[in-house]
Amino acid sequence: MILLISTGVLFSAATALGLIRLPDVYTRTHAASKSSTLGVLSILLGTFVHFWFNEGIFNTQMVIAIAFLFITQPVAGHLIGRAAYMTGIKVAEETVRDDMGPAIGKRKNNQQEELENE
Amino acid sequence: MRTNDVMLQTATKVVTFIILMFAVHIFFAGHYTPGGGFVGGLLTASAIVLLMLAFDIPTIKKILPINYVVLTAVGLLIAIATASASVIFDVPFFTHAYDYFDLPLFGETSLHSALLFDIGVYLVVVGVTMTIIQTIGEDE
Repeated sequence: MILLISTGVLFSAATALGLIRLPDVYTRTHAASKSSTLGVLSILLGTFVHFWFNEGIFNTQMVIAIAFLFITQPVAGHLIGRAAYMTGIKVAEETVRDDMGPAIGKRKNNQQEELENE
Repeated sequence: MRTNDVMLQTATKVVTFIILMFAVHIFFAGHYTPGGGFVGGLLTASAIVLLMLAFDIPTIKKILPINYVVLTAVGLLIAIATASASVIFDVPFFTHAYDYFDLPLFGETSLHSALLFDIGVYLVVVGVTMTIIQTIGEDE
């Protein structure tokens, strides 16, 4: 229980550190969506275990919250990253590979050709 | 350009049911624990707004053909009706009553007429929130 909550706090601290240290939006959402999910989930799990074993309360809301956060937080991170890319925010200078840009370009060209054919 | 948002739509399909379930839980928990008609209504409205974000307003109107203005009116009517029902039994306006019933699945449960009033509050909150959001969202 103490172990769970302290892991959670450590991971949340790692998230904050990542938000400061990492160079661009994409690496920051990467830090924010993954490690903060694990951090918050372990804190919630620790609280759940505490209330279950020490107070004898089986808190269903906590279980729902854990499932809910586990589904929604990665999706939120994904959407922030996508929205940032779509609005044309530059990736960090160290980046060597960009698969998304050509894919979007191809899609745009296809749509234009379809419009012209009509 | 219409982007491909499979992630959001798939997550929404799962998450909406969790939110709606939690809204009903909050609504019925209102008498003994934190919760009640207002929070339950807001949660339900937020579930519908999430659906509208992931899909679009015409689609949601097709699967939920509700006129939210009428919903608000029905909620107000239910609230007024439960408040004025006490007049029939010769007690002051807004007096509530409760009793213990043996329900088949839940065992001994106390049913309170404040729940009916809460249903009115719930419908009004859902109706008003959705009316505001739809009116703002449809401006093009």
